Amino acid sequence: MAYSDKVVDHYNNPRNVGSFTKDTPGVGTGLVGAPECGDVMKLQIKVNLDTGVIEDAKFKTFGCGSAIASSSLATEWLKGRTIDEAAKIKNTDIVSELKLPPVKIHCSVLAEDAIKAALTDYKDKYASRLAGAGAAAASS
Amino acid sequence: MALKFPIFMDAQSTTPCDQRVVDAMLPYFTEKFGHPASRNHPFGWEAEGAIDAARQRIARLIGARDPKELVFTSGGTEAINLALKGAAEMYREKGNHIVTTAIEQRAGLDTCKRLERQGFEVTYVPVGSNGLVDVEDVHKAITDKTILISVMFANNEIGTLQDIAALGKLAREKGVIFHTDATQAVGKVPVNVEAMAIDLLSCTAHLMYGPKGVGALYVRRKGPRVRLQPMIDGGGHERGMRSGTLPVPLIVGFGRAAEICEEVMPEESVRLAKLRDRLQDLILSSVDEAFLNGDPERRLPQNLNISFAYVEGESVLMGLNKETALSSGSACTSATLEPSYVIAALGASTELAHSSIRFSLHRFNTEEEVEFVAKRTIEVIKRLRDMSPLYELAKEGVDLKSIRWKAE
Repeated sequence: MAYSDKVVDHYNNPRNVGSFTKDTPGVGTGLVGAPECGDVMKLQIKVNLDTGVIEDAKFKTFGCGSAIASSSLATEWLKGRTIDEAAKIKNTDIVSELKLPPVKIHCSVLAEDAIKAALTDYKDKYASRLAGAGAAAASS
Repeated sequence: MALKFPIFMDAQSTTPCDQRVVDAMLPYFTEKFGHPASRNHPFGWEAEGAIDAARQRIARLIGARDPKELVFTSGGTEAINLALKGAAEMYREKGNHIVTTAIEQRAGLDTCKRLERQGFEVTYVPVGSNGLVDVEDVHKAITDKTILISVMFANNEIGTLQDIAALGKLAREKGVIFHTDATQAVGKVPVNVEAMAIDLLSCTAHLMYGPKGVGALYVRRKGPRVRLQPMIDGGGHERGMRSGTLPVPLIVGFGRAAEICEEVMPEESVRLAKLRDRLQDLILSSVDEAFLNGDPERRLPQNLNISFAYVEGESVLMGLNKETALSSGSACTSATLEPSYVIAALGASTELAHSSIRFSLHRFNTEEEVEFVAKRTIEVIKRLRDMSPLYELAKEGVDLKSIRWKAE
């Protein structure tokens, strides 16, 4: 199978490979997939707790070139978005950007799952703080 | 000598045609184009003579007593189909049970699956962690209904060489027909249908530096005489077992390839084993948690199969494919989207099946190529591990089995 130029580019020059320590303030972590299925993605976002904007994102992926490219692209797209905007990224956007063939669509689905899992983890960790910030804003 | 890219190390998928083979074939496309069954003119006689000579050369390579015991086919897949279906149908009155192994190539397994749908019973004997089938397990699987035992000579992924002589002896004692899929073995390691008591043997030209599109099934004529129900009806060529005009140029090439293999095998097998061992040592001494698949001793001299934990096979190939052609047992590289059933049959985790890489060397590989491929493989594995969440977790001391993975 020939790969699209964009998949090759992300594979050769993956953006934002790495990890944040999980307890860094504002960090949400998603870990999705399974080793026996041949795909595991770890995607992390670092959110500015005052503005709700994703300031940084990192990933590590065990999987084929298309899985690596999907998660690399996801981190690129996440940076600068608010968490609400981030939740709107769809796997179909990744498919069209990377021109993934039908057998590789599951890679984009996994990347969307990873984004959602990271957002959920962030919200779970900082829910009280978010609620607190809202209350503070209302009372002032 | 300067390296020429891409380097081919996927010689268990196919081999390049030896130039001497091509040279032998060429006249049979143009001036020597006769039909070997044309009995009444010189064009036919010339073609028939060429077929006879090729038959003799292939018979010699596999130790067949009589060249007439070879039936030409379109390749290994057809030979295996004819052996299994032809014998099953011919001996149906005698019994409906077949014994084979879990690691046969797809042509063998899928043919058995079809026979099962037609009422045959098939026992798939498992293999040990080294890929070897225990002869005693085959013995125990035999019943009074068993008509055929089919065990591959050398495995296409891990190169494991089964104890064919012991299996042949067992089958002979039990009065059961013995087929071996020797597509990966013929021309690479000594094969002898007499010494190994083989009744049916499948082989193919394109894995021994011959052309694609031709193979052969050895069908024993004496002690016991094996009969097969043909699958293709027609002019009754090949002793009635495989009708169809013989592809003379391909068969001439197959014969020449067999002749060359016989001549160079003693030297070539030693040379390739040395190169393979060098490749293996270079990689395994530099990469941690890399596991050799198959048996370190009983395997084809040109085969090396390694699982690199925490990295996925297709991503490894992608990192190398500009310079080097290899193959992987990863699901992403298979037509079925399942990871290698051969690696899985060794009892390894499915994850390691996704991580397996096969290096298979051929006649024209050099030491410089081996050193280059080893160096690049090591670099790519390191790069991919640096971006692998599994490697990171493992290095942190997390037991990956303790994580509740959400399978898709």
